[in-house]
Amino acid sequence: MRIAAPVVACVLTLIFGSLFFASLGHDPLPTLYAFFVEPLSSLNGLSEWLLKASPLILIACGLAVGFRANVWNIGAEGQFTMGAIAASGVGLFWPNPESALLLPLMLLAGMAAGMAWAAIPAFLRSRMNTNEILVTLMMTYIATLFLSYLVHGPWRDPAGFNYPQTALLPAAAMFQSFDPAYRLNPSIFITAVAVLLMWLFTDRSFLGYKMSVSGAAPLAARYAGFRESAAVWIGLLAGGAAAGIAGMAEAAGPLGQLSPQISPGYGFAAIIVAFIGRLNAFGIVLSGLLMSLLFLGGEGVQMTLALPSALTRIFQGILLFFLLAADFFIFYRIRLVRPAKDAHALETAR
Amino acid sequence: MDLFIAIFTGTIVAATPLIFAALGELVVEKSGVLNLGIEGMMLMGAALAFWAVTAGYSMPVAILAGALAGAAASLLFGVLALTFLTNQYAAGLALAIFGSGVSAFIGRSFGSDPIEALHGVNIPVLSDLPVLGPLLFRFDPLVYLALLMFAAISWFLYRTKAGLILRTIGESPQTSHAIGYPVIRIRYIAVLFGGLMAGLAGAYLSVAYTPLWVENMTAGKGWIALALVVFATWRPLRVLLGAWLFGGMTILQLQGQALGLQVPSELLSTLPYLATIVVLVLISRDRQMLALHFPASLAKPFRPAT
Repeated sequence: MRIAAPVVACVLTLIFGSLFFASLGHDPLPTLYAFFVEPLSSLNGLSEWLLKASPLILIACGLAVGFRANVWNIGAEGQFTMGAIAASGVGLFWPNPESALLLPLMLLAGMAAGMAWAAIPAFLRSRMNTNEILVTLMMTYIATLFLSYLVHGPWRDPAGFNYPQTALLPAAAMFQSFDPAYRLNPSIFITAVAVLLMWLFTDRSFLGYKMSVSGAAPLAARYAGFRESAAVWIGLLAGGAAAGIAGMAEAAGPLGQLSPQISPGYGFAAIIVAFIGRLNAFGIVLSGLLMSLLFLGGEGVQMTLALPSALTRIFQGILLFFLLAADFFIFYRIRLVRPAKDAHALETAR
Repeated sequence: MDLFIAIFTGTIVAATPLIFAALGELVVEKSGVLNLGIEGMMLMGAALAFWAVTAGYSMPVAILAGALAGAAASLLFGVLALTFLTNQYAAGLALAIFGSGVSAFIGRSFGSDPIEALHGVNIPVLSDLPVLGPLLFRFDPLVYLALLMFAAISWFLYRTKAGLILRTIGESPQTSHAIGYPVIRIRYIAVLFGGLMAGLAGAYLSVAYTPLWVENMTAGKGWIALALVVFATWRPLRVLLGAWLFGGMTILQLQGQALGLQVPSELLSTLPYLATIVVLVLISRDRQMLALHFPASLAKPFRPAT
């Protein structure tokens, strides 16, 4: 039954999409085809599909660890940005740009930066009782502005015709794609490992179990002596690490340099991916693939039908709306009850 | 003197959207519901109000359209959170993402030309006073409306029976239900009111504050409004003071260069966000004070026991 809700939500989103396209005067079937099928009908499309799914799945896995314990890290976008910044910093300024150690070092830097950015809200929540939703979100705005400062100021490529972007990363600081014609690169293996780790943690470890208890029944967790602050730290750091690595993989993969806009909203979309995937490792893989398709489709119809890419965000929101609504019908039984008139009649009859 | 007037009036104007949004959310949270989707509702309001102006409607109609757009968006949240008993955090987040998408979609055809902004009022005699005139009596009407809303909401929450019922529901929906108050219906009204106010805040941004359309032009103001409610420990007067404090931050950031601050503009722009974190930390440390004012049933779905 728990799997039914996401499926129902997808179907309803498709129906909504058809009606929406029809209302815009586009024939729904070809538009849906352009949105959801066309991107997957070429090898390049498949490569892009996996390339975009990878950060979504990776971040969602990290976030889900926290969500399971009711730790609401919604600032993955900022942790992603800091990961990309730190990794690019290492890639650009490491003394030996041909070192084979460069890529692993960037990975560590990206992960550390994401974790550091998430450690601030973790500290404030566990020590100062500060709401992590608002702090993680504010940290996202700060990270974005910091990135903008770097690429407009100290890190701007002197040979870049005044464009706000850094120099290109050296070849040793980049993931080499499997095939020069496509952009898919070995960073997807990192995501695969993360999915496995997340499954082991949530389904096979005592710590993961304790975190789930903290989320499902906070009072029971407290009674059992599970520390809330541990759940807060682990939840936020897992999300920060995953988002930081995803930022690194994006910089060292498809981007190759920093610019003011480095993410099409992966950090926010990953929240939805985690929910649609039911906070479960393998569910997240499926929902990440679906969400990636939404991004690709959005780009596709933007080019072919001149529809704005904002459609992607509309569909993301709708998908989550439908999922939440579908859950209601799964968790509750609907019973039609006669209005209270009868009770009143009973009262007077007495 | 001129600089002082500029900073003072700038602060009041920058605080106005925050006052609308945060006061609306205050009422929602007082009823025990947490709507995280303010950012989305503000964007919908901003987009629709801007559209109405470009389509040739008068200013009052445009502002009303913005407010109604916010209310319509809040209804989506209301159905999920109140009728379908979903997790309110998730429903609010969905609304934030959805609203940003819809507003960008509506705004795709707006272009980048500014519109004629909402005019300041011109009260005979008062507006022409030296110093006091420009300081107090030349704002646009919505600035005064925001203050009026503050007074009305303070009075409603603490001086009327309906306000008492609303707060009771926020503390204990079970008790209120047992007494016979229609908990869900009243919460719906509160959520709609919150949406209306967020829509107004968005409309203010796009037709008065910066009268042009930019995608995601709220830039986190909806989230700052949420933080303001916590900062204010759910009390209207503190919302007002907090909004002015944040308005001041925004103006400091805008005037920073003029005042000769040698800080890159991007880093100055982080001020409101940093300030939000700092005030949240300062307020949240005092658990006892929070517990005293926190609506006890906040964000907990309520299902009437039959």
